[in-house]
Amino acid sequence: MSTEILLQQCLIGLANGALVALVALGYTMVYGIVRLINFAHGDLVMLGACLALSLVEFTGLTAAGPVTTWIGIAGLVLACGLCCGSLNVLVDRVVYRPLRGAPKLAPLVSAIGVSFIFMNVGLFWIGPADRSFPPLVPATNLLAGDRLQFTARDLLVVAIVVPLMVALTVLVRATPLGRAMRAVAQDPVAATLMGVDVERVIAATFFLGGFLGGAASVVHGLTITTIGFQMGFLNGLYAFTAAVLGGIGSVPGAVVGGLVIGLVRALSSLLVGERWTGAVVFGILIVILVFRPEGLLGRRTVDKV
Amino acid sequence: MSERDAVRPVRGRRPGPLWSRTRRWLRRHWDLAALVLLAVAPAVVPALGGALGGQVTIVFISCILALGLNVMVGSTGLVHLGIAAFFGIGAFCHAILTVPTEPFRWSFLPAAALSVVVTAGVGLALGAPTLRLRGDYLAIVTLGFGEVVKVSLRNLEQVTGGMKGLNPVPPPAAGLRLGGVDLGMQFAVDPRWFYALALVTLAVVVVALRRLERSRLGRAWMAVREDELAAAATGISASRVKLSAFALSSALAGLAGCLYAACLSTTADPNAYDFNRSVMVLCAVILGGLGSIPGTLVGVALLVGFDTVLAPWADAAIQQSGINPGGSMLLSFSGWRLALFGFVLVLVMRLKPAGLMPSRRMAAELREARA
Repeated sequence: MSTEILLQQCLIGLANGALVALVALGYTMVYGIVRLINFAHGDLVMLGACLALSLVEFTGLTAAGPVTTWIGIAGLVLACGLCCGSLNVLVDRVVYRPLRGAPKLAPLVSAIGVSFIFMNVGLFWIGPADRSFPPLVPATNLLAGDRLQFTARDLLVVAIVVPLMVALTVLVRATPLGRAMRAVAQDPVAATLMGVDVERVIAATFFLGGFLGGAASVVHGLTITTIGFQMGFLNGLYAFTAAVLGGIGSVPGAVVGGLVIGLVRALSSLLVGERWTGAVVFGILIVILVFRPEGLLGRRTVDKV
Repeated sequence: MSERDAVRPVRGRRPGPLWSRTRRWLRRHWDLAALVLLAVAPAVVPALGGALGGQVTIVFISCILALGLNVMVGSTGLVHLGIAAFFGIGAFCHAILTVPTEPFRWSFLPAAALSVVVTAGVGLALGAPTLRLRGDYLAIVTLGFGEVVKVSLRNLEQVTGGMKGLNPVPPPAAGLRLGGVDLGMQFAVDPRWFYALALVTLAVVVVALRRLERSRLGRAWMAVREDELAAAATGISASRVKLSAFALSSALAGLAGCLYAACLSTTADPNAYDFNRSVMVLCAVILGGLGSIPGTLVGVALLVGFDTVLAPWADAAIQQSGINPGGSMLLSFSGWRLALFGFVLVLVMRLKPAGLMPSRRMAAELREARA
């Protein structure tokens, strides 16, 4: 096996991993604040992809010139992000918020219920069969020579994912809202006593997670180019695995976890075959958790009596 | 008799002594009554000899699976998202031991026994290294294990038959022999024997789990669930207690898997043992009431019954009525299945966060937390 093939798979893996990381952030942020595994997040991304498809068909973006296309894609990211974010906040307000004091597993089951409802909406929206997403960005190689492929689509992933992550990091590290989020994640009661409006912080977290999910849905449509009403499950599963792998609740952890998952998937499909990818990814997850139960970048917590 | 009839008050709704006595008996022994009712049903309802009987049998088997999960999630408080993997291991193990195309060709009972032992062993092997993981991390490990098992079942074609699965799994041939006596159960001829087999197994499992609940081990499970550190301080070996829950839960799932393969006479394709089934069973346990055996049974009857009995029936009814000539999804029952399911889960959790029939202890805890 030549170095080029290996390098090529790494490139593909990193591009896919960036997408996984974007979805993983939605899981990890919500978990960090309310300790809820938001099972509906993958299906939220699926709904975002449905919306993106409908918007593209409605606006006739496929026929537009290159400049309009890139502006249109930015608009899609914004529109899907806002819609998914708002939907996420709405679901939190209606479904999860009344369950804040309930037994730990009640919100989890509710989240599974919400994911079923989303799936049904997606089924009615785009039908039971997989749909192909119009290829707005061509898969042309941007590198000189044909030994390594780095396509315009890969560039698109980077162009959307990196700014979003930088913005998120700035928001969490350097704004009052970010400080409030970190405070609530650490200790909600103490945060309340310091005057933080916990419910507002939770709503903001759900919005941010949903926004990133919506952006991810556009990236997914443009790079993977097929969407279906059942796509949320597997994507959600990988993203969630990435979040846990990096240490759930940790924002940089989700990014690292996503990239690791992308790389592992790409390399294992090269080395042991596509059909074993799932087993390899989850096998590695189990091994890592056995030896480092708090994830790669997670903080070790001590049980309290 | 006539005298007693004469004494009965003319007005007023006070039920007679016979009725009130029956009611009291029913309240105390509702489980026995339900068992008798279900046992007599196939003799009275002819539909149970056909497709409906098979569907109800699947519900019984799912009950066994859910009771196994309840040992881990409900009694011991370990979240498990991969129970379907053990269900699948049980089914495939049983099939490998019995199917005529494989070299073993064991009969039903020894094959089932070995499969249960194997699944318990796999449960121990997964449980031992992952014991120190806290709540949600354990959930992820079990979820990941479920995916690994599914992918392996799908890809190890020489052993598992790949996507086709293994068939035909022979029925418990020529009847189960009990102490050399042929019970004359013709499984191949009358599918109602499967109904009976599943029902009897379920009843035995329920009785055993009830006794276990009040045993030293059952109390230890609950102690670990409530507070692991405090339990350890009172001399309970938390890891041993958790491992036993892991093993028992896996064994019951394996047992359910054996019955499943035998009833369907095939293992079906590995996708029958995916995350969806795990989630469905987990939802049933939580919906019914964590840690409560009757709750678990009710939860399964609702969710699995909805899926395997009600949905096909409603679809057929709609098709026959001619409301939906174009075959539109919006007008079919299964088109709305997921949403209905989702709304039920969300609503029940909203109205009864501890489940429909919570165990007394859980209900008391919730009241305490609210106060």
